[in-house]
Amino acid sequence: MCGIVGLLIKNPGMREQLGELMTPMLIEMAARGPESAGMAVYTQQLPENERKYSVYAPEWDYHWAQFEGEFVKRFGTDAQLAVKGNHAILTCDEPAKSVKPWVKQSFPGLHVLAAGRAMDIYKDAGHPADIAKRYDFPKLVGTHLVGHTRMATESAVTPDRAHPFTAGEDFSLVHNGTISNPFMIRRKLEHHGIEFETDNDTEAATRFLEWRMREGDNLEEALQKGFEELDGFYTFLIGTRDKLALVRDAFACKPAVVAETDDYVAIASEFRSLAHLPGVNNAKLFEPMPEELCVWSV
Amino acid sequence: MERLKPAATPPHTGAERTFDLAKGSVRELNQFLHHELLDSGVKHIDVLNPKGAHSIAVGIDHPVDIDVRGHGGYYLGGMNKFANITVHGNVGWGVAENMMSGTVRVNGFASESAGATGHGGLLIIEGDASLRCGISMKGIDIVVGGRVGNFSAFMAQAGNLVVCGDAGDALGDSLYEATLYVRGRIKSLGADAHVEDMTDADCSKVGDLLKRAGFSYDPTEFKRVASKRSLYHWNADAGQEY
Repeated sequence: MCGIVGLLIKNPGMREQLGELMTPMLIEMAARGPESAGMAVYTQQLPENERKYSVYAPEWDYHWAQFEGEFVKRFGTDAQLAVKGNHAILTCDEPAKSVKPWVKQSFPGLHVLAAGRAMDIYKDAGHPADIAKRYDFPKLVGTHLVGHTRMATESAVTPDRAHPFTAGEDFSLVHNGTISNPFMIRRKLEHHGIEFETDNDTEAATRFLEWRMREGDNLEEALQKGFEELDGFYTFLIGTRDKLALVRDAFACKPAVVAETDDYVAIASEFRSLAHLPGVNNAKLFEPMPEELCVWSV
Repeated sequence: MERLKPAATPPHTGAERTFDLAKGSVRELNQFLHHELLDSGVKHIDVLNPKGAHSIAVGIDHPVDIDVRGHGGYYLGGMNKFANITVHGNVGWGVAENMMSGTVRVNGFASESAGATGHGGLLIIEGDASLRCGISMKGIDIVVGGRVGNFSAFMAQAGNLVVCGDAGDALGDSLYEATLYVRGRIKSLGADAHVEDMTDADCSKVGDLLKRAGFSYDPTEFKRVASKRSLYHWNADAGQEY
């Protein structure tokens, strides 16, 4: 069992409240996943030539100043580092293809969780309420987010196996369920030069869908291919730079509830996560049908 | 789709009790229902602020009227005996699962496995019911005002499922002796289920269930779905292709 939560703010005046509205949603879903939790939040986009990287360190008091110093020395460029304990968001004008290999080689203890122009990721092992407090989730500001509370079935409980998983740029996915053919997917993608970072089934689904989109599919087409190739039980909630997408497998084995108002679209595994939201009693409430594509744009 | 609201609930007589789940827990409510209800003389209970909590009013063993004022979570009214429960909202998975007798009415929609394994009583869902409605039902009557999702009445053994709207894929797969009545379109029938003619007895039964549920549809508009009984005995000569 796992819990998923998602929120897309339609009313620009409410974007400051994104984290405040989401945090009780995540904590309520701790009952479905008390072991680890994570959040991908989509903020204001950086200019075309800039990128930001969410970096995870193995200890809370990591010497980030040294990392920043080495980065500036290596790339000879300005970098901004926003630190929250063992997470840091590095903003610079270097592309992922140069930053990621450099981090791997020079700081093997660090893990680049995400890259892009809009997305920040925070994820860790621990109770979702502790994680929300650890990274100041109530203060998160942005347009939309996807979050997860994990009860592991397929791989160990570690920070890098917590959801959301990411691939490419500004693409995140959270999953409730189990993929039955992750190694088939993985072998297929490895032939295309795609590298995996964990043994987790959700990572295979994430990399498959993101690969389809890089091959030219739009999000809807990629999800349609996912129905054909991903075997197993799943509710997926997916974030891209400007969209939020929700799908359930052909047997709808895992739950999802949507509440939509003029101000927001809120998604959770169960209604109890949405019960505190303003105006939820007058919201349009529904559960997606099996293999129904639910996609919302910012 | 035409949907008539049922007549207003008759006024309650006898002692009243309110449980506000914003102030107390579901466990306090259920402990009262299990251990104190009979001696209390309480005939009607209002449950306020359910906020999607699970297991509201489960395992009741005495007559009582309960109004749940909002959306319920999983297993609401599960194992119910004798009680009449009305939910003024939607419910999560497994509403009235394994119900023995009494009534559970949902004003809104019900998530998956509504009325699963129910032995008796009447479950009314005024809106839509999701997948696997009436799975393995064993004598319960279920009336759904809207549509039912895929795999409804899977392995249903006894009782009646009346669907005023459409039915999804694989309706009545591996059906035993439960009978299904569908007014709308059936997307597909499951293995061993087929459509049969409505008899006068069917019309009378459907008419009675619709009346009790508060719907005014004409029973002759419904199709009867029952088991072909061809899976009852193992056929060693059949082509074993899976």
